[in-house]
Amino acid sequence: MKRLLVLLLALCAMPIAAQDTLPPAPYAYRQLDDPAQEAQAKALMETLRCLTCQGQSIADSDAPMAGDMRHQVRTRIAAGEAPEHIRAWLIERYGDYVSYKPHIGASTWPLFALPVVLLLVIAAILRRRFRGRS
Amino acid sequence: MKRVRWTLWLPLALFCAFCVLVSVQLFRPAGSEVQSAMIGKPLPQFDLRPASTERPGLKTADLRDGQPKLLNIFASWCVPCAAEAPQLAELERQGANIVAVAVRDRPEDVAAFLARYGNPYSRIGADDLSEVQFAIGSSGVPETFVVDGKGVIRYQHIGDIRADSIPLLLEKLQEAGQ
Repeated sequence: MKRLLVLLLALCAMPIAAQDTLPPAPYAYRQLDDPAQEAQAKALMETLRCLTCQGQSIADSDAPMAGDMRHQVRTRIAAGEAPEHIRAWLIERYGDYVSYKPHIGASTWPLFALPVVLLLVIAAILRRRFRGRS
Repeated sequence: MKRVRWTLWLPLALFCAFCVLVSVQLFRPAGSEVQSAMIGKPLPQFDLRPASTERPGLKTADLRDGQPKLLNIFASWCVPCAAEAPQLAELERQGANIVAVAVRDRPEDVAAFLARYGNPYSRIGADDLSEVQFAIGSSGVPETFVVDGKGVIRYQHIGDIRADSIPLLLEKLQEAGQ
């Protein structure tokens, strides 16, 4: 009985306030009225990293900061800004890390070049082998 | 014949090298801090209402008055922000002018926080939608930026200020004043 009581009390444990008490930003959980614009915003939000919970996109995260970023993305798209312009604005502030969209740059091109090189090497090896046999 | 034997071991060697690389990286995971890319760039334009009745609000022009400042990003609901309060008080005692941005906060909560942990700030702006936070590349609370007299961001400290970071922050503040 005592053990049960302790277990029940454990269920009542409350975390110390670690998040704010303000209501979410207007467009954090509200879609844009124009379906085409909302689709644009959704596509962008799915490729932006939540800075609080870094494994998630801002579309997936319930962190207040992700909510504020969704609000920012939606209001800017509603104002006619291009999604890639918003992405560039964020990269200018947080670096490439904030974007999930792969891009070919000075430090990332080997990632894209290496598979092609490997395929060419394999093709060359196979050709030599089959030639040798026949 | 000898050349063939050498190439036979090559795949195994590559595999071993790969395993070593993976295990080394496993034992030193990447840091979770996101550095602002705005260091060396001017502060963006903003104009924030006062976050509490005790201090005026904060706008970009306040950080362009010729005097270098510390810009502290905090919130009353953030536990490490309370932990760094004594260090901010010490920085202020040693002559730092500290202005603040309170993220997603209510005036009564900010007032209660300041009453409890002290008020080292000369100005506090309220950033209800984290807009200023995004604009300066800050990814959480608390963070502290060193801003020079022309409003250019010179240094970023991520996380709560511990006692051993005080000399570095004062040094960066002095550098910004030169």
